[in-house]
Amino acid sequence: MRDSKPPSVEHVVQMRHIYKSFGTVQALSDVHFELRRGEILSLLGENGSGKTTLMNTLAGIYFPDAGEIIVNGNPVAICKPKDAFDLKIGMVHQHFKLVDVFSATENIVLGLPGGRTINRRALSKHVQEIAEQYGFEIDPDKKIYDMSVSEKQTVEIIKALYRGADILILDEPTAVLTPQETDKLFDIMRAMKKNNKSIILITHKLNEVLAVSDRVTVLRKGEYIDTVITKDATIQSLTDMMVGRPVSLAIDRPAAEEIKPILSIEALTALNPDGARALDDVTFKAYGGEILGVAGISGSGQRELCEAIAGLYPVIGGAILYRNEVNGQEVDENLVGLNPNEIVRKGVALAFVPEDRLGMGLVPSLDMVDNIMLKSYRKNKGIFVDRKSPRQIAERLVEELMIVTPDVFTPVRKLSGGNVQKVLVGREIDAAPHLLMVAYPVRGLDINSSHTIYHLLNQQKMKGVAVIFVGEDLDVLMEISDRLLVMSDGRVTGIVDPRVTSKQDIGLLMLGQSRHQEKGADAV
Amino acid sequence: MTKSAINEHTSPAEQLALTVEPPSCPIPKEPLIRMTKRGSISTAQKVFVYVVSFLSALLVGAFMLLAIGKNPLLAYRDMVVGSFGSSIYLGETIRLAIPLLIAGVAVGFAFKMKFWNIGAEGQILAGGIFCSYLVIHSINNGNYWGKVPLHLVMIILAMAGGALFGFLPAYFKTKWGTNETLFTLMLNYIAIQYVIYLQSLRSWQHPQSTFPKILDFAGPTDNRIMLPRLFGVHIGWVFALAIAITAYFYLTKTKHGYEIAVVGDSLNTARYAGMNTRWIQIRTLLISGAICGFAGYLQVAGANHTLTETTAGGIGFTAITVAWLSKLNPFIMIPISVFIAMLQKGSLFIQMTMGIPASAAELLTGLILFFMLGSEFFIQYRLVFRGTHRAPVRELKEEAGV
Repeated sequence: MRDSKPPSVEHVVQMRHIYKSFGTVQALSDVHFELRRGEILSLLGENGSGKTTLMNTLAGIYFPDAGEIIVNGNPVAICKPKDAFDLKIGMVHQHFKLVDVFSATENIVLGLPGGRTINRRALSKHVQEIAEQYGFEIDPDKKIYDMSVSEKQTVEIIKALYRGADILILDEPTAVLTPQETDKLFDIMRAMKKNNKSIILITHKLNEVLAVSDRVTVLRKGEYIDTVITKDATIQSLTDMMVGRPVSLAIDRPAAEEIKPILSIEALTALNPDGARALDDVTFKAYGGEILGVAGISGSGQRELCEAIAGLYPVIGGAILYRNEVNGQEVDENLVGLNPNEIVRKGVALAFVPEDRLGMGLVPSLDMVDNIMLKSYRKNKGIFVDRKSPRQIAERLVEELMIVTPDVFTPVRKLSGGNVQKVLVGREIDAAPHLLMVAYPVRGLDINSSHTIYHLLNQQKMKGVAVIFVGEDLDVLMEISDRLLVMSDGRVTGIVDPRVTSKQDIGLLMLGQSRHQEKGADAV
Repeated sequence: MTKSAINEHTSPAEQLALTVEPPSCPIPKEPLIRMTKRGSISTAQKVFVYVVSFLSALLVGAFMLLAIGKNPLLAYRDMVVGSFGSSIYLGETIRLAIPLLIAGVAVGFAFKMKFWNIGAEGQILAGGIFCSYLVIHSINNGNYWGKVPLHLVMIILAMAGGALFGFLPAYFKTKWGTNETLFTLMLNYIAIQYVIYLQSLRSWQHPQSTFPKILDFAGPTDNRIMLPRLFGVHIGWVFALAIAITAYFYLTKTKHGYEIAVVGDSLNTARYAGMNTRWIQIRTLLISGAICGFAGYLQVAGANHTLTETTAGGIGFTAITVAWLSKLNPFIMIPISVFIAMLQKGSLFIQMTMGIPASAAELLTGLILFFMLGSEFFIQYRLVFRGTHRAPVRELKEEAGV
């Protein structure tokens, strides 16, 4: 590179003019990045802005198409993860890379050179020392499969430290943590900083940025925007940088005129494939004209709950009573035991956005038209499918929801995440349901698309639909929900009024500290 | 990295490493070759990749032929002449292509659903066995069947046999999650061994023969078993074309075809849409097996007029190649099956005319298929060599003031 500035010793990492493309997608375009010794730097950007891609080039997962990387003043090429280790760069990925049947210590030393024998006790002691130094809580001999998500994360961080990492990259570490666990992690990060480690925190949560970091680097759509000192920034200023124009961050919570009971779940119990209780005595009501938020650490039974209501998950006990109109009379029908098709016809819609986005609800390699008709293709008579009306619906959805696609005949896997989710949620809403369940509908969406979805949900609510919204961002859930149901380990640990409940209290419920039903919260 | 980086927390090993000498950084060099994913590819580029890989296969094959002292150009010319050069050769080639096309369509059904049915071989034989039963029964009981009813019942039996062999793996997979690849593979051996057993049965042999071989159904006085011919080839080719075209519409226009596509792409989504995924899988395999069984009937009635353990003769496996080279599109399977039949017929021909050993001819066929399938990689990815990547577009941006 014929570039100007001499490498600075103050910076442990400098990345200049980094380019990386995947096919036609330009993931990074002329990105700059600098990390100083002993600082916590937030790398901020919406999903798809290239944060993780940039860090993956630093950790040796990807090789950039162009650009230079300078570590400790020396230009380097990081071709594989081992090169990154040798440069004392450690990355904790969003999806942990641990061997389930091994203990913490075994995972930590995995792949490191050593003698022919393993002295587990000495290694465990060393791991324990590192843990104490920074304030981690860890049992070195515990197996990974016995660990909670936060414990697994601890193992990943210690693994990086054990390998002598001076530069630590944490990719969205708080996505899986409760507020309490997040605070603890931030304390640890501050302790590491005191120890002269440099930390990069990848995140899209602004309050975290303000809470813990010294500086913020903002990326938008694969381009470098700016780096600012955290204490000079505000949530609004950072959002504007992230999105590229001033945006309103408020989420509406309009009040519906009429609230009527739609769904009543009573003592619902279900087993997971291992025989443990995926749902344990779950009881709650959902009303038309309100949004019932469902909060909880991921894997607390939210998925099973939605699937059980939709008839996709076998239940062993309890009732799902659905208020339906039959011959002009309102009756409570038990949905337990009905097949998914029958439940759909009664007006129950489920829009589930799984972690991989396309795993359930959409058929990735089929086009929008074929995906729109997924639940309705049986309606017409005869052996042939009718693609005419789904095509009209698809074209209308493209227009109404501003779905970006070359045409309605493009396979949905070629659409970007936000547009895929609009197709899914749009289809479910188009079926005019009485009960709409959405799980993680804004997963991975940028702020604009997220707000489009929130708006759609509010519209449904105002039309008298009972909306159940399973989410992961507690702040959003607290803003949009009329009531908030908290799950932990398959149980309902509380149903609270988010207007009068603190985030800390909800965090405790998420951790399983059940409290007795609050008066005034469960009653509508 | 300086000595000041050492503090009380540095482990002994690290201290050693730091005090002895600063760690040398890797030389800043990018990897020699790396792959990157292509975005989209134009039709012209695709055709170019296919043509280049086909020519490469011929080139590598040419070296092989030169190594055994044969003239590659003559060999290639003879392959074409031997398969298309006269109406008799052409007829032979078509005769080879018929079962390939039908079986290709059949396995294509299953593959579309990501059901790895490699048991076409067994399903073809099952069809052959079932319809041969009828013929043997008819012959042993005084030939009381007329030609048309004989063939109609043969077709029904053959399709039932193939369907049974398709049903078994589907039932076990959907019920107990057995591996369909192993299951269908094993069924192939069962079918082959069963034919070998039938060959040793007295009642299935020619009355005057003691050789373990099933008798020729078309005796000098009995031509009921022979299928009529159209343009010099048994009428099976009309059926084959009809099956391919019907299959195309079945897959793209019917509800069943839609269900197959959804189940194949995402079983979870199919369940979520309220589809009976178990029945869809079983139904599709019944159809896939029945089509193979029909191919077995054509082999018995149209091509061989008898049943041997080579009645399927690898057709079931070659059909997999046909299906994949055609990207599971039944229309494209029509030319592809003719092309593969041409390779087979052509390599037989050069064995005769040029004395090229059978193994070399098969190697040549394998090479061409290998290159054609390998070209998929270059459709998906392109290679980037060190120092050749495109110049970034920075200059333009700077001009624009970004």
